[in-house]
Amino acid sequence: MSSGFFLLILLALSSVAFMQGKRKALALSRLSTDQKRTGKLHSLPGYYGLLTALWCLLPALVIIALWTACGDSILTALTLKTLPPAMQQLPADELNLLVNDLHNLVAGHVAARDIKPVLQQAADRYIEMQRLARLLLGAVLFAVASFSGLLVYRRIRPDMRARNHVEQLIRYGLIFCSTIAIFTTIGIVLSVLFESLRFFKQVPLTDFLFGLKWSPQMALRADQAGSSGSFGAVPVLAGTFMVSGIALAVAVPIGLMSAIYLSEYAGKTVRAWAKPVMEILAGVPTVVYGFFAALVVAPFIRDTGALFGLDVSSESGLAAGLVMGIMIIPFVSSLSDDVINAVPQAMRDGSYGLGATRSETITRVIIPAALPGIVGSILLAASRAIGETMIVVMAAGLSANLTANPLQSVTTVTVQIVTLLVGDQEFDSPKTLAAFALGLLLFVITLILNVIALYVVRRYREEYE
Amino acid sequence: MSKRSTAMKSENKKRETTMERIHRGLGKRYRRERWFRRFGLGAVITTICFLGILFGSIVANGWSAFKQAEVLLEIHFDPAMFDVDNLAAANYGGLVKKSLRQMFPEVKNRRDKRRLYKLVSSGAAFILQRRVAHDTSLIGKTLDIWLPADDEVDMFLKGYIRRDVAESDRRLSDKQIGWIDQLLARGRLQEKFNTTFFTAGDSREPELAGIHGAVAGSLFTLFVTLALSFPIGVATAVYLEEFAPCNRWTDLVEVNINNLAAVPSIVFGLLGLAVFLNFFNMPRSAPLVGGLVLTLMTLPTIIIASRASLKSVPPSIREAALGVGASKMQAITHHILPLAMPGMMTGTIIGMAQALGETAPLLMIGMVAFIVDVPHGFTDPATVLPVQIYLWADAPERAFVERTSAAIMVLLAFLIAMNGLAVFLRKKFEHRW
Repeated sequence: MSSGFFLLILLALSSVAFMQGKRKALALSRLSTDQKRTGKLHSLPGYYGLLTALWCLLPALVIIALWTACGDSILTALTLKTLPPAMQQLPADELNLLVNDLHNLVAGHVAARDIKPVLQQAADRYIEMQRLARLLLGAVLFAVASFSGLLVYRRIRPDMRARNHVEQLIRYGLIFCSTIAIFTTIGIVLSVLFESLRFFKQVPLTDFLFGLKWSPQMALRADQAGSSGSFGAVPVLAGTFMVSGIALAVAVPIGLMSAIYLSEYAGKTVRAWAKPVMEILAGVPTVVYGFFAALVVAPFIRDTGALFGLDVSSESGLAAGLVMGIMIIPFVSSLSDDVINAVPQAMRDGSYGLGATRSETITRVIIPAALPGIVGSILLAASRAIGETMIVVMAAGLSANLTANPLQSVTTVTVQIVTLLVGDQEFDSPKTLAAFALGLLLFVITLILNVIALYVVRRYREEYE
Repeated sequence: MSKRSTAMKSENKKRETTMERIHRGLGKRYRRERWFRRFGLGAVITTICFLGILFGSIVANGWSAFKQAEVLLEIHFDPAMFDVDNLAAANYGGLVKKSLRQMFPEVKNRRDKRRLYKLVSSGAAFILQRRVAHDTSLIGKTLDIWLPADDEVDMFLKGYIRRDVAESDRRLSDKQIGWIDQLLARGRLQEKFNTTFFTAGDSREPELAGIHGAVAGSLFTLFVTLALSFPIGVATAVYLEEFAPCNRWTDLVEVNINNLAAVPSIVFGLLGLAVFLNFFNMPRSAPLVGGLVLTLMTLPTIIIASRASLKSVPPSIREAALGVGASKMQAITHHILPLAMPGMMTGTIIGMAQALGETAPLLMIGMVAFIVDVPHGFTDPATVLPVQIYLWADAPERAFVERTSAAIMVLLAFLIAMNGLAVFLRKKFEHRW
């Protein structure tokens, strides 16, 4: 019996509750009209049914949610209690391994370590308890659903304010949904911060922020050569800013000029065609850009460099930056386009009236007026470029060179996060935790950029509205 | 008098110079104007050219992947080789080799034989096995069967491995090329439509690799995303737009949503890794977890679009509904939501397209594993189409380059279809009040 099965049963129960509630309300209303009594139904009959159904469904759903959230940990704790005391006294990490083995046994996976019979027994007990718990859960769900449904059903009277109750419940649902966005942010901050703090316990914050060497190697043995990894984020950040800088150097002029052309010069048909075509660029998945950068652009740059006798790395920051620039052109252009269009026509007319040409109007009147919005759009594009992952993973390198030469291989924050976290890894080595520290850095940088950008854009909009 | 006249004269002269100065500058200004305009046009054209190069290079690399070289082998299902109770134990590879030996009886040398066998894909044996398991009456018959050729043969036929290169620099030896020529001359080697690409899961052998597993994984993931993000997004938008009081809390939610829309996607992956995998112990590589992460990622897009769509419903409709006695909730569910629905669906489709193309957060939650089986449920290990592209892009075989491009073409086709649907919905149901 899976949770899906329970859900189906619950849905069936609540639809029965709906029918019954509605029928009772209808019967009551007929009764009252027959006997010419004044007690008319307060709400439409459907609301009585809905209220019964909701009360039948919601408490049971809460129980299911609670059980899926903490059922496993309760069962594990209970199983651990039954183990011999010697095994319960193990240090935390060994206990963790034990629990992992237990879970593997329960799930039927073949565990790598040889299994002690005690553990096998514990696993059997776990499975037995799980079965019992499921049965119990089913019984409890059924009981709760029918009890709360019946309770509402019995209380149905013509003067019951069913609609208001239902609407209140829906409203709580809406409020709950709107808090999910908040919880997401809190979840991001907490998860990244928590792991980062563990990282900073092992590697001092100053070493991370100001260290000039990045080589996230952790030795397996203490006496191994190069046993201490170094976690200086400066080269990684430098690489990130270089790639994003190249991207902006491509995207800002092209994006801005095309926005200006499309909003000030282009005719209606050109605009109607060119704008959506340019926006296709924003819809292309980043992995496609990454493949394009690695397959077409990087070899092209390498061959061109070879023509001039330059030694270009096959994973150069230039290739990644160029392609990323292409990707963010639409971000710059469509936002700038909006801003330029928001500049009041009167300002244009005034400038033309003084005899200025179009380009003079644009550069001396419109752009200064739209500047905050344009800056905002550039900042948003920059934050997009800094957080972009797939292009750099596929086209920039892994080695953290502290260099200003765009022809060399550089690495970025996102590349390092991906390489440190892809694959199986233990969760307390600084190597893995470093990824979360980088994630925190990335989150903070982009957050600052976004907040400034959104603030600027918002302020600007208010100015002309 | 003469003094005044000279003054007037100089005044006259000055006025002339102002006009002259304007005229003198005019040519330069117009020139600048023309250049400015050209720059603008150039920027637009450059962008469109980039798009053209991007798509062009992908199509040029990828179209050939829809064809795959196949060899027609005469396979004799020798009854002596089969044990009816244990069909899987039979030596199917031997059948293929035997058939090749019969076709080229002149090959005696052991090394040459091995080279000869290499012309046919290692997956041919599995295909035979499946056919026999499907239909046991084949045993004892002799059939002509099209089997996939090795990816090197395929690359040779498509011209990526060139004949005029020195033998040591080429992945096929002269002898192998000779056999290929013979097979071609006999009509036993052909480029056929590559059905494997659409029906198989991932594989280390390019000729056996397909996108079915990845597409199925993508669909499962998208289903979870859609089922969660659409209702939650619409509910949030309705609350914020219709019910929320104007206070700091609402402001906070709003700012928060706008910020979330611009948080790098990989950070959502970190969240998924730390919360869903490590805290809630959810299964790794599962479409369920991928869907959850993508839900959180696409929610802001859907909320913002839905709010805009709710805002565009004129207040008169709301007021009319309230005026005839509807409650606020009834006005919303009966009148405003149906009118705002096309806009919300457009936003949702665009969010889904974003989610379909997203790779980075899914790398974090382990959807990069090498998974051969096609997933059949929400908790089966799976990969998605963009991640499959990423994995293939890393593979060294030349044949994977064209398969990567072909997979990209499939992905882009899905995206174009989704965006087309969004545009269609917008055009069809757009109200202008």
